Parts: sequence; structure tokens; C-alpha cells
Amino acid sequence: MHIQGRSNRFSPETWIRIFMVVLVLVVLASLCLGRVTIPFLQTLKILFSPVLSLEPDWSETTYSVVMDVRLPRILAGLLVGAALSISGASFQGVFQNPLVSPHILGVAAGAGFGAALAILFFDNIWMIHLISFLFGLASVAMTYALSRVYKMTPVLMLVLSGIVVGSLFSALTSLLKYMADPMNKMPAIVFWLLGSLNHVSFKNLLITLPIFLACMAVLLLVRWRINLLSMGEEDARSLGINTEALKAVIILSATIATASAVCISGIIGWIGIMIPHIGRLIVGPDHKYLLPISMVIGAAYLVAVDTIARTALTTEIPIGILTAVFGAPVFAFLLRKSQKAS
Amino acid sequence: MAGRVDIRDLSFGYTDKKEDSIFSDIHFSLEPGEVFCLLGPNGSGKSTLLKCISRVLTPASGSVAIDGENLNAMSPAKIAGKLGYVPQSLVSAFPFTVEEIVVMGRASRISMISSPSKQDRGKALESMEKIGIGHLARRPCNRLSGGEWQLVLIARALTQSPRILLLDEPTSHLDLGNQVKILEKVGSLSRDGITIIMASHFPDHAFLHADQVGILKNRSMAVSGKPDQVLTEEVLFSTYGIHIRVIEVLDGINRKICVPVLKKNESRGENP
Repeated sequence: MHIQGRSNRFSPETWIRIFMVVLVLVVLASLCLGRVTIPFLQTLKILFSPVLSLEPDWSETTYSVVMDVRLPRILAGLLVGAALSISGASFQGVFQNPLVSPHILGVAAGAGFGAALAILFFDNIWMIHLISFLFGLASVAMTYALSRVYKMTPVLMLVLSGIVVGSLFSALTSLLKYMADPMNKMPAIVFWLLGSLNHVSFKNLLITLPIFLACMAVLLLVRWRINLLSMGEEDARSLGINTEALKAVIILSATIATASAVCISGIIGWIGIMIPHIGRLIVGPDHKYLLPISMVIGAAYLVAVDTIARTALTTEIPIGILTAVFGAPVFAFLLRKSQKAS
Repeated sequence: MAGRVDIRDLSFGYTDKKEDSIFSDIHFSLEPGEVFCLLGPNGSGKSTLLKCISRVLTPASGSVAIDGENLNAMSPAKIAGKLGYVPQSLVSAFPFTVEEIVVMGRASRISMISSPSKQDRGKALESMEKIGIGHLARRPCNRLSGGEWQLVLIARALTQSPRILLLDEPTSHLDLGNQVKILEKVGSLSRDGITIIMASHFPDHAFLHADQVGILKNRSMAVSGKPDQVLTEEVLFSTYGIHIRVIEVLDGINRKICVPVLKKNESRGENP
């Protein structure tokens, strides 16, 4: 499949700046909107009150809604959206395939199983995060080990092993759901698997934040080299690249970032596959620009969708459902558009 | 700029078993600027040999030395700075522009955590101009013809400032005009002092401007030497299994050409 080249209206750097402005606007709108709508200026004042000495004209409750309820949730949305999108773009480059999602190596299935296990036996938010994170990593380690042949890890073997490991953990998750108490535990597992930013607090974020930032920083540092891997491993080797090491660094960082995202938010599909496509339409395929713009658009998109998830109906809609409902038609549209262009 | 190549006892197999070897005990030497044309039937291991010389594959034994320096002891990045490899063809899943692809040739000189500098981009433009594809710089690679792709890959290899250039069937899938254009480029690069090793399906390419020719057959280099001496009708018959006349054309061309001779009853097709 071929995708058209980039839009030429602005330079890639300008596009990234434009979307950063969009991101800030989305975050501010999301802080204002919710069960109670808070005026824009008041929201701004509350936001800056810890650093500036401002005369409070807001109630304790309003302050708490902005700072303790909405802000951590928005931060989590930013991190998860950015992490899934940058990982998706990196995986697509390494696997030379624009249809790959960050869950390709079985992270989501493994993390989902870990979370279900933790809900069943511990029912403690910290244990859920930790165990789902560990199982996410373990599933990718299994995929990696399974695909090793002749001291190499060919991309096709990785993808096929990912499918094997993914379906194994999906089956185990189904087993846990079947065994779980249907009044109590089973809905908790199902709801977690559908994805939500509901149970994120500042304390959770404090632990996952450095992991997110470290992984995304590594991906951003090596991002130009993803271009080389995307031309095929043999070709990259002929250009003097140690492909096994480079691939390991990229896959490890993207996997840890994805596992951190899944462990705090549950399984949110479509972002990691759709956002890099949008990025490519805007700045072209060069990963030097594609990774930053995917991060920015992905962060803005997830915060926007989460705002809809918590405001559209009286009860919250699981975010994984919304991203799929929006993602499928948008992706179909992008596919049609790119086919026409080529 | 030097570019002497010494290949000694090079062997390769995908497993360690002796009987599985693709080729063994290959050896030849080239002076700087010489063109070596590698011939052989389909599946004889021409591409594999080129990949072994360029270290895309690791040879089972033997050595390749450039100006006396053994590649066995060199890092991949250092090798890429001396030796450029032009694959037979390349497919990209993403529509990179020609300049984005050509600048990838600088990878071995760009640190792990940075992207091409102004100088790298300048070098890419320079080699695109040299190969005559400057006008394609902004073209997405999914809109290139086969001949244009091959020129892009040669331009990319030139950004490595190589002393040796390896080309794997650079004219396959090309029409006659593009074939000759590529061969002329190869000739002018060798006159610039770049040593060239080129795999080909056409013995005519060896007569055109190779200084040496080698025929890879039955897991070893059957013959090698000057094209006029090596490429006799007997050798061509034993290589390709068909009768090929070698005819010398004068009239200002002064070159030998190969003419396949068809079996009489097959030469006219079905209709009388």
C-alpha cells in the first residue's frame, strides 16, 4: 500500500508548532468542560494559583475539580495518547508496514491478562498497574524469544510470534473472566479491558511519568535512524548500521512506553495505528518529523476523546469504545484518500 | 584515492555443513578503478557473493581487504565508508522522497542520536547532480520508474564516498536505453577511480567495459581474467547451456558481442 507524500502548505516544523497550539487549546477546553462547566478565565487562574499569588474567587470544590480530578486525568491522557502514537509510528517504521499497531507484539494482550489477574486476586490499583505492566513486558519478551532464529530476529517472525503470544494471553484472559465472580469481579475486568482514564491519580502518574518520558526521549533521539530500518534490515546493514542493536533499542522503548500506557489506561485501540497515518499525510514519512507530530496529535486526540467520554452521557463511556467508533471510519477514510492519491 | 581489492579464499553457506555451501575459495584482486564483471547462471550465488564482500552477510571463512586493510577487523560503519553496495532493487513501504533516500547513504557518518546535517544534505545533492537526477529530488519514491530507482540507489551509494562500488545486476528490468545509461555511469565512475564489482546476466556487459570477468558456477569461480581471453564460445556454452557465437564488430565499435544461436526447429515458433 502506498500513501501520498506530505502536504506542502507549511514546513514540517511549522506544522508541529501549529499542532502544539491545538494541543494547548484542547487541554484548556478539557479543563473547563465536564459535569460542571467552569468559566475559562477562572480555570486559568486556578491552574496558575500554585505559582502566582492570586486572590481566590472560586470555591474549594471548583478548585478540587480542576486540580485534583480533571488535571491528573488530562495529564494521563496526554501521556497515554503521546506514548501510543509515538510507539505506533516507531513500530510501523521498524516493521516496514503502515498497518501495524503498537499492540502487534502482544503487549496489550499480556497487560490485559496481568490486569485481570490482579483484579481477581488483589483488587488494589497499584497491584493492577504493576502486574499488568510486568505481563505486558513478559509477553513481548516471549514474542522476542520465540522469533529468534540463527541469532537474528526477522521482522516476519516477530509479527507471527506476536500473534501467537497475543492469542494465548487473550485466551487466558477469557478464562479468568469465565472464572471471575459475575456480580463483582467480572464487570471490573471487562470495564478495565475497555479502557478508561478514570482511576488515574497524581500518585500513579508520578511513578509512570519517568518511564514514559525516558522511553519517548530514546525514540525521539534515534528517530532518524528508523528511516533506515524502514527500508529493510538488509539494506540498513549495507549502509553500516548495526540493525539488531538498533531494532532492540526501538522495540524495547516502544514496548515499555506501550505497556506503561496500557497499565494505567487499559486497552485503548486505534490511536497507535491511526495517528501516525494522519501525521504522514501532514509531514510526510520522514520519522524525524513523523515521531514528534504523532506525539502531539496523539496527545491532543486522546484528551479530546476522553473529554467526550466523560461529558457526552450521564455515565462515563469507556474510552476504548469511543476511539474504535471514531477510529474505524476515520481510518477507512484515510485509506480511501491515500489510494486515490497514488 | 586508492581502492585496491584483495579477496582471499572467501566461502559462504547458510549452515556450517560443507555440502550446503553456496560457494567456496573465491579469490581475485582488483587494481584501483578496475571494473570486475561477475557472470553466472541464475542461482549460482552472484548476489550472495556481493553481499559477502559488502558484509551484509558474514562469510564463513576467507577475507576481503581494501588497500590492505582486512574488513574482518572493521566495524560495519567503517566498512560502509569505504564500500558502497547497490542492491538489485528496493521497495519502500513509505513514500520517502528521493533526497530523503539518497541522504540515507550518509548514515555511517551520522551519530546514533542525530539526523543529517547541512553538509550531509549538500553531499546528497552533489551525488544526485553527478548521477543526473537532481530534478527528481522532491519526487516520492513510489513514483519512480525502474531506471530512476537504480540511479537513486547509485547516487545513495556515492554519498558514502566509497572506494569500491558493488552493483547487483544494475540493469535488470531496464529497457535497452536505460541499461546503456546505467553502464555509461558505471564506466564514468570507474574512470573517476572507483573500483567496481558488478554482477550481470549479460556477457556483453563484460565486453563493454570490464577489465576482468569472473564466472561463478558450481560453487566456485570457474574462470576469471580478461574478458577477451575468458569469454570464449566453449566457456559460454558450459555456463549457460546454449550455443553463443562471439563475434568481433569493427566499424568504429571494435568490440566483441555475443549472439545466441537458436536450435533450428525452435527458431520459427509454431507457425510454418
